[in-house]
This record gives sequence, structure tokens and C-alpha cells, in this order.
Amino acid sequence: MADTGNPTGIGASVKRKEDFRFLTGQGTYTDDIKRPGQAYAYILRSPHAHAEIVKIDTARAKAMPGVVAIFTGADYDKGGVPCGWQIHSKDGSPMVEPPHFPLCKDRVRHVGDQVALVIGESLAQARDAAEAIAVTYKELPAIVSTADADKPGAAQVWPDAKNNTCFDWHLGDKAAVDAAFAKAHHVTKIDIVNQRLAPNAMEPRAAIGDYDRATGEYTLYTTSQNPHVIRLLMGAFVLQIPEHKLRVVAPDVGGGFGSKIFHYSEEALVTWAAAKVRRPVKWTSDRSEAFISDAQGRDHVSHAELALDKDGKFLALRVSTKANMGAYLSTFAPCVPTYLSATLLAGVYTTPAIYAEVKAVFTNTVAVDAYRGAGRPETTYLLERLVEKAARETGIDRVELRRKNFIPKDAFPYQTPVALQYDSGDYFSTLDIALKRADWAGFEARRAEAKKRGKLRGIGISTYIEACGIAPSAVVGSLGARAGLYECGSIRVHPTGSVTVFTGTHSHGQGHETTFAQLVSDTLGVPFDSVEVSHGDTNKIPFGMGTYGSRSLAVGGSALVKAMDKIIAKATRIAAHLMEASAADVEFKNGEFSVKGTDKKVPFGQVALTAYVPHNYPITELEPGLEETAFYDPLNFTYPGGCHICEVEIDPDTGVTQVAKFTAVDDIGRVINPMIVEGQVHGGVVQGIGQALLENCAYDNESGQLLTGSYMDYTMPRADDVPSIDVATHNTMCTHNPLGSKGVGEVGAIGSPPAVINAVLDALLPVGVKDITMPATPVKVWQAIQSAGSAKAAE
Amino acid sequence: MNNFGYHRPASVADAVKALGGSGDARIVAGGQTLLPTLRARLATPSDLVDLRAIAELKGIKAEGDGITIGAMTPHAEVAASDVVKGAIPALAYLADHIGDRQVRTLGTIGGSLANNDPAACYPSAVLALGATIRTSKREIKADDFFQGLFTTALEDGEIITAVHFPKPEKAAYEKFVQPASRFALVGVFVAKAREGVRVAVTGAGQEGVFRARELEQALSANFSPDAAKGVKVAAGNLISDLHGTAEYRAHLIPVLTARAVAAAK
Amino acid sequence: MPTVKMTVNGKPVSAEVEARTLLVHFLREHLDLTGTHVGCDTAQCGACTVHVGGKAVKSCNMLAVQADGAEVTTIEGLATGDTLHPMQEAFRDHHGLQCGFCTPGMVMSAIDLVKRKADLSEAEIRAGLEGNICRCTGYHNIVKAVQAGAAATRGR
Repeated sequence: MADTGNPTGIGASVKRKEDFRFLTGQGTYTDDIKRPGQAYAYILRSPHAHAEIVKIDTARAKAMPGVVAIFTGADYDKGGVPCGWQIHSKDGSPMVEPPHFPLCKDRVRHVGDQVALVIGESLAQARDAAEAIAVTYKELPAIVSTADADKPGAAQVWPDAKNNTCFDWHLGDKAAVDAAFAKAHHVTKIDIVNQRLAPNAMEPRAAIGDYDRATGEYTLYTTSQNPHVIRLLMGAFVLQIPEHKLRVVAPDVGGGFGSKIFHYSEEALVTWAAAKVRRPVKWTSDRSEAFISDAQGRDHVSHAELALDKDGKFLALRVSTKANMGAYLSTFAPCVPTYLSATLLAGVYTTPAIYAEVKAVFTNTVAVDAYRGAGRPETTYLLERLVEKAARETGIDRVELRRKNFIPKDAFPYQTPVALQYDSGDYFSTLDIALKRADWAGFEARRAEAKKRGKLRGIGISTYIEACGIAPSAVVGSLGARAGLYECGSIRVHPTGSVTVFTGTHSHGQGHETTFAQLVSDTLGVPFDSVEVSHGDTNKIPFGMGTYGSRSLAVGGSALVKAMDKIIAKATRIAAHLMEASAADVEFKNGEFSVKGTDKKVPFGQVALTAYVPHNYPITELEPGLEETAFYDPLNFTYPGGCHICEVEIDPDTGVTQVAKFTAVDDIGRVINPMIVEGQVHGGVVQGIGQALLENCAYDNESGQLLTGSYMDYTMPRADDVPSIDVATHNTMCTHNPLGSKGVGEVGAIGSPPAVINAVLDALLPVGVKDITMPATPVKVWQAIQSAGSAKAAE
Repeated sequence: MNNFGYHRPASVADAVKALGGSGDARIVAGGQTLLPTLRARLATPSDLVDLRAIAELKGIKAEGDGITIGAMTPHAEVAASDVVKGAIPALAYLADHIGDRQVRTLGTIGGSLANNDPAACYPSAVLALGATIRTSKREIKADDFFQGLFTTALEDGEIITAVHFPKPEKAAYEKFVQPASRFALVGVFVAKAREGVRVAVTGAGQEGVFRARELEQALSANFSPDAAKGVKVAAGNLISDLHGTAEYRAHLIPVLTARAVAAAK
Repeated sequence: MPTVKMTVNGKPVSAEVEARTLLVHFLREHLDLTGTHVGCDTAQCGACTVHVGGKAVKSCNMLAVQADGAEVTTIEGLATGDTLHPMQEAFRDHHGLQCGFCTPGMVMSAIDLVKRKADLSEAEIRAGLEGNICRCTGYHNIVKAVQAGAAATRGR
């Protein structure tokens, strides 16, 4: 695979196919769908973080106008929502897996927990009726703090989870690490909080359940990143509906960032209720409802120690993390702090010995699961803060310290001490390019100029690696995954030579309809406009695992390449027949089959027509038709990496931090559409800046109430909070997939937070501030300056 | 939201009548605060009386020693008004920094003042400029109008018709936004007039907008940024929340005041 | 129930609605104009931005009855056949959208912004988009699109 110079081919910034419908208001998002006779669901949610349900009286509510039905936990007769990943503790015992019923039976465990489903002729009527339901609660003490959840005396979320512990897991060679620390010249220690975030895709979740009595078929329209996974989880585990009777459609989806991977209980509820009330049932989340029902992200508390020798070489790393799971285990929650996090602790460095312990805890909060980056931002933030601190403590230049410890370019494939084998990378080059683009060398002059204006300017760096396209299935299965992690792609060549592409990935902003069309049109030599990409409907797509973990091109694109290989192999035999040549002598280039060394040729379109009108056809050797499906199970993860540099300016009078400049240089492997790639980096970086400076899910420690339950208190990055982003790539190819692509969806959110915070701390260094937690809000920065000032004064 | 009756009177007199006609009627002016409140079901009025069709409540004019702004004048019109920019540019600036552009198109000065949100911008201008609030019944001086959180001197059935602002010698507004909501975490309006200097602070007070007397004294003696910076504001009665402690707000008040003094024109 | 009459995208419409019906729900549920989206319930995100009387407002923060008699333009009313409005075209050219959910509101807001002031700096555009939240693009390409859209609109 190589850039071909084709204006709509691989490597070209082709304008997106999907944009016309989105720009004209003709996208079809779940809430835009109106099923005939549809009723509207409103979910009555718990106002308490932790309480017993003493009594639910729905009599008055049931008599309200427009009420179709009201269901509570006592009515719900199906299964609970399953978890898709099982972790085993150090002692070999499986994690504690509490039941998660879509409607609470006798106890609510977080604000927003689901108490009753009210179905009305209109949403307003359903909500009016929900207000008339009388629920008697007996309030219980709540625990929300990650750090305190396993301490004695903390409120207990689940009876089976002693000390609120879900699992206590570890990875790495503890003895080797202890030995290395024993002979260390210097040890740097750090405490890190990676705060909880709300993903906040702009489209709130929605789901419509539909049941066809005539056929016994269920249809679920839902805001999902992976409809087949939802079909499997909901059909097999929750509602016991066989796959052939359950269709799941994820139409246009307005952003996901991980939060729409998971199977949510609302999906099961509307599907279940549709059969009960024999009408389609639609539920659409409010934003304030999203804050108390969408899975949230991050929420890790860690202590880390790095051992260095006298030259600054890293000898060993040990990390101890507590990860908050929330009240229930969401679909992939247990793998985030473990296999998506601890396995990346080598980073881009040659640290020979690493040991990580992860304790997952339950609290009376919304479930936590994968959010853009999922585990890798947490690890990157920890590592890059730690390396920065080590540089400050040892007096070694922070860039030099990184260089000193980089995995050399000729060391790939590189086996880390924490299970992963990196296939390719060039950390020195991404670093050098970033330093140059950011004018690192000229920074001190800018700092001095800012000082004259009374501002504190700082620069920060992060050199990171991440792992995408999580696979192979056999390996993840051995690590606890309850699903395979391959992808499926189908290529249907039509008789006239146009092509429909069916992919098991799902696009909710990533532009697959364009990127995959480029890939297919370039490979098969058919016009870009003759390729249509279909996704998001289990009745159309053979199978799929969906889109998350930056996997779509690396895994889904590779499946399409494999399917196209089959298409070309078959078409070559048809072409050979048409040209009366041996298939071995036929080559395929630029959409044409030709016989080597002759002027015989036949275009792809003619071969397609022949396949469907097989009058002159090798019918005894080949079936007619030209359609192929491939399942691609990768041999390894892919490993994007790079260098992010951030420059900030702080107003010491107010504590306000302005991001003055941001440079991202990433290694993402083969790029199909640079325009889309840059857009992915821009968005990811701004989410990272959001985490570093603005965003936080804060719970009240006493009441367990979410304090940041709307955009009035949860700070979303807005246009004037961020600068334009300087984006570049320096790509080494993935060595084990046919495209060489690594993935780009998450790099921005992974590399950026430590670059921002390292810049903030660099700016605050002259005033004596040594630590700050995310988000570095104005009040926090101001307070840090004040306490550093009084500490200085006290000296 | 709960349902309600809707009325759109064409005169103030009819509006007053409509308000008196039902038990729990509320006025909707621009609706930019009321609508989210209704959506969250935090208020459940029986009726809404919409003032948008009342022509006599709209418009900006020069009057006497200052300007008069009709209660139903949207923030965007105040921000763009040559009359306001000529007489009190700080007021136009303030109006241009309320909410966002879409909110400024609908939100009105009368609605903002009647609601008296502790983080709203307009109350600080009204208080610092010593404006007069004209209602369907009477005139109320700014110093008498604001009476605590979401509380004003307005009686039941009393409608703000206009606000008269005397022209100061110079004035400025400095807004420090609460990063999520973009309301004022602290907003300081400084006005220098013949009678002296008035400094009104919004966003920070537990009882809503207030005059910072210690800053007024310092600036009356010496109208300079340094004079403001030298003042220490007590944190005792200030708001503490996620976005700022009382101490932080207390610190910001003189900082913003100094900036306003420097910017005043 | 009150009857509302208004002109939406040039066409007169009228319907009986509950007084509590928001303008956005009137557009989406009664008129099937689902291009206008709802992304929050506190009038912050701007996904619901439409033009009422030629000015951008948040249609989730206005009752349908309040728009009685008004001229309303939604995202569906911008293009002429297959010819996009220059601002729509600029968003496509500059990849100013990803998932597309905030896009209708963003485009309606951007048109209003550049109408009010012709020559906008990057900082002015960023400040002018304060009322519209996008989670996908990081705003980088939206700013570029608005710059280009402003230039193209001026040129028209």
C-alpha cells in the first residue's frame, strides 16, 4: 500500500462524502427516527447516591393522562447487564461482579440509578407521570472517593465486595523491580490523580425499541459505536433474544469518545418494554440525565516511583493505582486500568523492570469505563509527569533525560517488561521535529518577554506511546476479554462495477464513509463516487466489533484489504478466462487486468459484469458473482506514538492559564486521508487540554451528589479556551497489518494532558510551585501560587 | 416542563391585569433564564405573561443627564447602540459580555434585573451607576432595588418598564467568567461620577450584587489602579463554590477593580 | 391549546401546540425538521441554534408560542437545491465537522456572526462561537471554515 497520487486515493485529503447530509440537516440520528405509533419513555432516576427502596407507589401516576405503562424493578423479569472483561486478582480469584438490573430491585447505588420506566403518549406526559410516582427511600451513607473507598469504615456498595474491592491485580516482576530500586542512585516519587471526566458526546444517548408481533423480530435503534456487540450482549445475556430475531441499528451517531461502546440498560429496557406495550418505545437522554447515566472516564489515583542510575538511565518503575469502577461494572471497565493502562508503563523508554498493582473499587457513583484513550492517557500522564519530576530532581535537562532513555530506532521489535512488543517507532525523530516546530530553543526569550508583561510563561513536553487496535483475539481472551477483537469487512462489487463496502466498524465522526471509499476505490481502481460504505446495521453487515480504541482503519481497514485481496484473486481468474491467458500471467493495476508482456487488457468493470452475466465464464471452476467477506484478526496491537509540546501563559493575579501554542507530532503509520487525520488530532488535543485545564466530574463527599451535573458547572472546552493546533506526522509503518496504519483517534487525548501540565508547572517554577492537580483551574493555580508564596515567606 | 397558560398582552396595563388574573403567573421577558428553569421543573407557574409584544417597553433613548433603556431591550441592542456607546461605553461593553450571542439576542435588561441572579452582569451596572428602575407603579433607586439572592423590591404584579442610567464621568466593567457557565464568577463595575466613585460587585456576594465600600473610599481619594490594588476585601460574606473559594473571590475583586479603573472611559 | 403560526424556511406553517412546547420541539416533532438538534438542557451548547427574525437564537430556549408570527430559518432552509450556502460549503472544504451533531447550530451561528461583522480576526471568531460547543473538532477547522465562509459570503 502506498500513496498513489490519485486525487481521491490513499494519501489524498478528499472532502467527506458524509458532509452534505450533515450540513443540510439531513443526518439521521436516533432521536430523529419516528416509528409509527411510537410511545415515549422517561426514566425515573434515584435522587440519592445510596438508599434502600422501601416502597414505590405508582397508583396515582398510572392514572395520569397519556400514561401507557409504568414498570419498576418488581416488573422486570429478564437478566442484568453483563460485563465484557473479567480480571483475576493477584490471588487468582475472579473479580467481584455484582448484578446490574436495568431497574433497581431494592437498592439504589448512585444518583441517577434507574427506579422506574414510565411510558407515555408524549415525553412530557411520561415525565409528568414520573413526578407523580411516590418512592420511599431509606437513605444510606455513601462513598464516592476513589482514595477512601477501600478504607475501613467506608460505606459498602456491594455486600460481596469486601472493602469495596472489585479486584486487586498486578503485572510485572516485583522481585526484579525491588532489586533495581535497592541499587538505585536516585528515586523519584510522585502522587498522581487522574480525575474523572464526562465524555460528553454532543448527541445525548437515545434508544428506540421496536417489536414486530408478526415475525417475532425485535429492532433496537441506538446511539452505539458497535451495534453487533450490543446485539450480542443484550440478546444473549440480558433479554435472551436470539441474534436472528434481533436487529440493532446504530444510524448517524453524534460522537462517542468511548461512551457509546457499552451496552446500557436503557437499550434493554426499551426493547423489553416494546414487546410488553406492543408499541415502539423511544427514550432520549437529556444532557443532565447524561451526566448521571453515561459511563464516565478516568478516575485513577496512583503512586509511582522511578529508579535511576547516576547517569539518569531508568532502572525500574513501580506503580500502585486505585481505579474507581463506580457502582456497577460497565462493559469494558475492568480492562481500562489493567490491560489498557499498566501494559503501557514502559512508555517510549527502555526501563528494564516494571511492576504495577491495580486495585479497582466500587463507589456510589456512575459507572466508569473507556473514554477517549482509555487507560493510556492515565499511564502517559503518570509517566510524563514522573519523568519531568526526575529531570528536575536530577538536574538533567528534561529533553536529554528522555533521549537518554528512548527505545532506539533499531531496537524494534522491542519487548517491554510489561507484556507488549512494540513493532515500530522513531521517537528521536518525532521529538526533534516537535522541538523544531515549537521553537523550543527560542523559548527562554519568550519567557523573558512574558515576564516583562507580568505573565508567567512555561513550556512542557510529553513523549508518549499508546496501543491501538487491541488484539489478537486469542491473547485478549487469555487476559479476560469475553469477546473476540477482529473485524469484518465485505466488498460487494455490483454488475456495473460500482461497489458497496460493508464494514463492522462504526463511524460517528471519523469519516469512514470517505476514508474506506478512498481505500477501496484506489485499490480496485473504481471511481471514488462509485463506492458506498455501509455500516451500523446488523441486518446489513455480516458482523463487526465496532469502533473504539483507534481500531477502525488498522483492523477494519485491514479486513477490507483482505476482502479486496479475495475479490482481486477471483477477478483475476475471470479476467484470465476473458483474455484466454493463465491467471499467473495476469496482473491488476489501476483498475485494469492485463497479460504480462502483451497488450491484452480488460477493465475491472467488464470483469464485474462478466461475474454477474456469466455467458463467457469458467463456470466449472468459479461461482458467478463478485462479493467477498473477510475477518481480520490482528497479530498484535499497533503502537502510535509521538511528541506533544505545549506553551502556556499564566496570569499570576488571577491564576488564569492560557494555552499559547500547541504542537503535536505523531507517528500513526499509513495515512489514508490527511485532512481527517489532522481533524482527529485537533479534537483529541482539545479534549486533552480540557482534561488538563477545565474538566472535572466532582461529587460531594457527604451526599454523593454530582456537583458538575450540567454545562453550568462542567466546563466544556469552548472555541475561545483553546488555540489553533500545529499538527504534523512522522510515520513509521505498522509492520504486521497490510495497511501499515496504526490509528489516530486517541493520540491527541493521550499525548496532550502531561504536555499542558508540565508547561503549567514550568511556568510556575519561578514562583516555587512544584505540583498541581488536573484540572489546573484559575482558582487552583492561584491557590498554588499563594501557598508557595507563604511557604517561601515562612522559610 | 409543566404546562401553563400563555398570554401575550400588548400593553403594560394589560400585562398587569394578566398577572393579577391568576394565582401563580410569571412574567417571561427574554426567557433566557426562565426557560431552563422551567425545563428543569424548578418553577411551575400556572401562567406565563409574555412581554415581547409591548412596544412601550422597547428602545433606547438619550434622556436628561443620561440614557433610558426599555425593559424589553435585548442585550444585543444595548451592546450595539450608538446612544449607549456614546454615553456609557462600559454599559455597552457589559451587555456585549452577557451569556453568548444567541442569548444576547433574546435576553433583556428588564428580565435580568427582575431575576437578580447573584452572578448576572446587569445588576452591577445598575448599582454602580446609581440607575433608577422605572416600573408599572413607581421609580425605584438602584440602592433600594436589590434585596438579596433572586430578590428585589418589585411587588407582585409590578413590571419593570425601563431603566434610567445617569451618565458618569467614566466607567468600566471587568468580568471574570465562571469557566463553565460563563456567568460572572466575579464582575466589577466601577463608575466615577460627580457624586463620587461607586464600585458594584456581582458574582461574589452571598446576598447578590453589592457595593464594595472600601474600594469606593480608596478610589474616591485616588482614582488609580494602584489605589484599588492596595485594598483588602474581606472574604466573610462571599460565595465559595467549585469554581472559586471566598478568598479567591475576595482577591479578585480589587484585581478586577484595578483593571476597570485602568480601562475606565 | 394555543395555535402558532410562523414562516419556517419560507413556508407558512401553523399548528396547535401545548404552550410549553419549545420551538426546537415544534420544529423537530411537528414539522419533522430534525436538522436542528438538542445537545443540552441549560441553553449552553447551541446545537439548537436557528434564526428567528434573521438573528441566531437557541430554539431550545424559546417557546414555540413566543415565535408566533416570526420568520424562522433552520439548517434545512440554507441550501438552494444541491447548492450549499457558502458557509456550509466552507465547513465542508475545511473539514469543520466530524460527527455532524453540533454542525447545524454551528453553521447557523456562524452565518449570524459574520453577518454582524464582516472582517473577523481568529480571536473574534473564537469569542463569537462561545455559544456553540463542539466535542469533535477542537474548533481548529471550524475557525478556518468560518474565516473562509465569511470571505465567501462577502464575495457573494
